[in-house]
Amino acid sequence: MDRPEFEPPHPHMYRYDEFDAQFVAERVEQFRGQVARRLSGELNEDQFKPLRLMNGLYLQLHAYMLRIAVPYGTLASRQMRKLAYIARRYDKGFGHFTTRTNMQFNWIKLVEVPDILSELASVEMHCIQTSGNCVRNVTADHFAGATPDEIEDPRPLAEIIRQWSSLHPEFTFLARKFKIAVIASETDRAAAQWHDMAVQIVRNGKGRAGYKVIAGGGMGRTPYIAHVMSEFVEREDILAYLEAVLRVYNMDSRRDNIHKQRIKILINTVGPEEFRRRVAREFEEIKRAGTLQLPQEELARITAYFAPPAFEKLTDAMPVVSEDGGDADFENWKTSNIHQHRAPGHAIVTISLKEPGKVPGDVSADQMEVIADMMDEFSVGEIRVTHEQNLVLPHVRQRDLPAIHARLKAIGLATPNAGLITDIICCPGLDYCDLANARSIPIAQTIAQRFADLERQHDIGELKIKISGCINACGHHHAGHIGILGVDKKGVEFYQLQLGGSGAEDASIGDIMGPGFGEHEIADAVERVVNQYLKLRNKGERFLDTYRRVGMEPFKNAAYQEQLNAAYNG
Amino acid sequence: MPLITGDALVADSFITVADDAPLPESGGAIVSLARFQKDRDALLARNAPIGVELKASENPELLGDDVHRLSVVALDFPAFRDGRAFSWARILRTRLGYTGQVRAVGKFLYDQVNYQHRVGFDAWIVPEGFTLEQFRRALSEMSHVYQPSTDGRKTIRELRAAGSKTRQH
Amino acid sequence: MAHSPATRPQMLTANDLKQGDVLYWKAGGWVKAFDQGDVFTDPAAADAALAQAQAFVTGNRVVAPYLFEVVRQDNGSIRPLKEREIIRSLGPSISPDPGKQASHG
Repeated sequence: MDRPEFEPPHPHMYRYDEFDAQFVAERVEQFRGQVARRLSGELNEDQFKPLRLMNGLYLQLHAYMLRIAVPYGTLASRQMRKLAYIARRYDKGFGHFTTRTNMQFNWIKLVEVPDILSELASVEMHCIQTSGNCVRNVTADHFAGATPDEIEDPRPLAEIIRQWSSLHPEFTFLARKFKIAVIASETDRAAAQWHDMAVQIVRNGKGRAGYKVIAGGGMGRTPYIAHVMSEFVEREDILAYLEAVLRVYNMDSRRDNIHKQRIKILINTVGPEEFRRRVAREFEEIKRAGTLQLPQEELARITAYFAPPAFEKLTDAMPVVSEDGGDADFENWKTSNIHQHRAPGHAIVTISLKEPGKVPGDVSADQMEVIADMMDEFSVGEIRVTHEQNLVLPHVRQRDLPAIHARLKAIGLATPNAGLITDIICCPGLDYCDLANARSIPIAQTIAQRFADLERQHDIGELKIKISGCINACGHHHAGHIGILGVDKKGVEFYQLQLGGSGAEDASIGDIMGPGFGEHEIADAVERVVNQYLKLRNKGERFLDTYRRVGMEPFKNAAYQEQLNAAYNG
Repeated sequence: MPLITGDALVADSFITVADDAPLPESGGAIVSLARFQKDRDALLARNAPIGVELKASENPELLGDDVHRLSVVALDFPAFRDGRAFSWARILRTRLGYTGQVRAVGKFLYDQVNYQHRVGFDAWIVPEGFTLEQFRRALSEMSHVYQPSTDGRKTIRELRAAGSKTRQH
Repeated sequence: MAHSPATRPQMLTANDLKQGDVLYWKAGGWVKAFDQGDVFTDPAAADAALAQAQAFVTGNRVVAPYLFEVVRQDNGSIRPLKEREIIRSLGPSISPDPGKQASHG
């Protein structure tokens, strides 16, 4: 096993202390023991499966897949280098970032997983609870700590929730998975309303910060937007409140039909009011018992880990000249991939992992290593993973943008399409996934290549396409402005369109258009839908706005134009 | 099947009695909730310990105050995936303040024993061949816990506050 | 030549427990290459092979063996009927190549 070079821990995120380190190390040994018991037959596959899932290990179509937790989407440079090492040593030289900001490796061997977990533990990483019927990776706003519009950084709370939910003795065998997100602004960059539970940091009428808790969102077979559980939970009560929600879910969820066992089903079956009443009962008792109260000192202690870097005192001065003579490229990249930073003279950079024709969300070991160096040089050693399968350098100086752009361009990661139509969210689909009904990646590639012309992309503006290869909706198609669901119709791949979904603060579930399109028709159908938008839009309207104004009918007519023509002419 | 309790493998002093079977003349008897509700007075009048086995769908609050007259509450795991009993045990120990034996029965994994112990189980009907060594090992795999539970174990946060070493890694 | 569903030929597949590799049944054992696997035209033979494969499950060598249908193409070669099995036999339909200049990074 290679020994990593010593690198000082990153100062702006949580750092393990001796207890955290021992916890992860013992978890690795525990899994090592479980693997040994599986190979000896002491555990059969049915018994081993939940145990390996709770360490993020799936058996997929071609091989084992390992899902590594990236807590609240935050990585330090040494962690990125470790992921590159694992990609090379244990996989085929690349990895995939998911819609829950985790990293997936697709070509893993069971017998090597304990060693991989040890490697990860050496840089304070793990695969704990990235699958299984337990609390999953806690996600947060990928602009945390950098955006001017947050009340405070949501990640300290996310870290506190992560610890509270790790190997929780009461909630490790829930009815189904449980996904939690934390945001701290009215703008929702984490798709909070689509989560089983989410916390929004808010201020009450007196200006005191506290937590709005929502629950019951979810994708999958039956999509739901979350309901408000409490408009304001006091800081010190938050863990007691979250525990109350989990307890009601664990006690009262069905266990007889796997398709009806998410919390969204429970809340919508008993009704939000009744559910809140049950939660309130548990909450009062847990709060009274006092053991889960979150002291101010503890919140402050965790918050201190995330203290922002001392930003250089600069003024806003966007460079216009590129470093490599490609001024037009640089200009395009700035237009879509740069976002406002809270500190003058600074910027937030999106690294798009969506070059048209490439696999959305994938990154090679070589690229990871260059990115790690860039993190150190330009972004205080830190990067974020977004639920839209891109990366974000949170704290760069505007004057470094030409250098950053040039370096990204050199490794093929300067695609200037953040938030544009070719910035597609896409699950691995039938090319990799055991659960899939249809391939998704080739569809994303075809559509992205169809719309690759940048001028056209800017004309279209913000249009979020999200593609899932099966009803499990890992591609978040219900939240797509244009959502695409791959289905298997008598052995043939078909693709259904949904319009008008949103994963932002204006959350909505996409409307199903109608019968699906074949593999060679779907890109045409999407193009007709987009052209219809261009025809119908009012000034300033995004696709989503036009759809909400005019409804499905005009888009449906446009999409099925080929079929209509054939019917008229046949 | 063997019973583990009090860090020992012991003979079970209780007999689990089917709903349509007669109660034993003497000795501990465990019955279903349905039977307990039907024959409550007769069961409590017996001069012998009584226990109730709850199904995964049965909240121990259904026992009402009678819970304190039970020597044993057995919580069933119909499948290891069904984790409701973890909450039932927690409720027994906290809300209901139950101090008798909380027993795990049914289909659970070695790997669940530690969680069960943490939420208030103190007895386990284990499969044949499941040894006391394995049981002890199950409880010792993880030295530290993040969240408080009914076992009263000090959490990592409490250990930190107590001034234990916090060497940065 | 079309087969009715009841008489379509089948093959037997599983995953290697330790390595995760896709495996195909051949003569009482397993091979990695799809085109070397046994093709069962007789459903009873297919079921018998599946039953034999269980020994590899209890022996902790493979996971989840199952039968799947194949079709004989005009040129005589065999291919799986379902997309999923085609992809299992050939690998992902897309190249992962994540960056056009990744190797120069």
